[in-house]
Amino acid sequence: MQTLEMNVNGSDVRLEIHPDETLAEVLRDRLGLIGTKIACGEGECGACTVLIDGVAVTSCITPAMKAHGRRVTTIEGLSRDTELHVIQQAFVDSTASQCGYCTPGFIMATKALLDANPNPTREDIMHGISGNLCRCTGYYQIVDAVALAAKRLAEEGRK
Amino acid sequence: MWEEYLFANSVEHALELLARYEGRAQLIAGGTDLVLQSQRGQCPATVMVDITRIPGLNRIEERDGFILIGAQVTHAQIAASPLIRDKAPILAMACSQVGGPQTRNAGTLVGNVVNAQPAADGATALFVLDAELEVATQEGRRWEPISHVYRGVGVCTINACREMVTAVRFKPLVNACGCSYQRLARRKALTLPTLVVAVVLEMTGDTIKAARIAIGPVAPTPYRATDAEAHLVGKKAEESVFAEAGQLAAAKAKPRDSLIRGSSEYRTAMVGVLVRRALAEAAQECHRRG
Repeated sequence: MQTLEMNVNGSDVRLEIHPDETLAEVLRDRLGLIGTKIACGEGECGACTVLIDGVAVTSCITPAMKAHGRRVTTIEGLSRDTELHVIQQAFVDSTASQCGYCTPGFIMATKALLDANPNPTREDIMHGISGNLCRCTGYYQIVDAVALAAKRLAEEGRK
Repeated sequence: MWEEYLFANSVEHALELLARYEGRAQLIAGGTDLVLQSQRGQCPATVMVDITRIPGLNRIEERDGFILIGAQVTHAQIAASPLIRDKAPILAMACSQVGGPQTRNAGTLVGNVVNAQPAADGATALFVLDAELEVATQEGRRWEPISHVYRGVGVCTINACREMVTAVRFKPLVNACGCSYQRLARRKALTLPTLVVAVVLEMTGDTIKAARIAIGPVAPTPYRATDAEAHLVGKKAEESVFAEAGQLAAAKAKPRDSLIRGSSEYRTAMVGVLVRRALAEAAQECHRRG
């Protein structure tokens, strides 16, 4: 067992873990943060996307120890109490989910994209979410949702 | 699977840890390949030595006539680097095609090389750039041409249980060069290529002064199409010449029939097509740069 210290969604945590546990496993099984989904388990689909120090990674193939001393943001870290984050609300309003299993990953990829590029073109958006797969929506509503989120975040910034 | 996960704080420390565990420890950077290989039982090492927190290995810089890229530099950082986009755009193009953004954020170029898979975008671009790798051992450091370290599918002469690649370097491309990176894959993102062609072309007026063509993964390792390169020198840059070079390059391809990547016949034919397209695009780029 090894000690893992990290900050998850603003809270410091200290855990004893097996050195080969992935970050997705630690978040889900040890911290109960099951919003992070494991779908392919091979870093191919993006459902498990979380941010480490603001950078999007696939947590299913990230050794949990890589988060030692780092700040991790998961889907649970976006909403405030019962109030959805702007990106989450934009996904709801754009009907950008069907089964919903890929949605947390898409929203975290969107967070990373909009943090780096607050005013993306449609092509930028498609590029930004190209690490995430959805088998239901056909992507159009998801691209709309990201564009809507960008627009609302810009409006919020102007207020 | 793993008994320990250790962070090295210097290159010397990493090498010392490898020596201490006598083959049971292996270096890990992004881990995008290694974690899966380990889970599938393809990696015997039980101790991971993480190199991503060693100071000084995260640089992309121009020094002593070379561009140097440290072992921690990710595909995303290379794709976004103004220096690489200016002085070696072919490498930025290649790195921007790897996996998706999340994979590019974690996976390193040096890791891509050491893993030695033939379907490696970054490594194919490094073949066209005649890149060299700095290999650190407890005895000292040496530079090795990239073509020397590939020994076959997934086989690299550099043993990550004993030695460490600390950097990759290559000469910047001259201003008059045109580049093209052609990639054939089953979809546009999140997939390995079935074929990649990287071309760097240098011209004087309408005449080809020098040509470099690297191709993967249609043989056990990426390779340079040297016959095609030699054929182009001194010729006028035109479609028929590009097609001849494509045929010469295809003659050296040895792809296997693959359910994932397509038949040998198809991919061999496509080598000719992509080489021709890449040369035409690179020639246009040369004209544009004037």
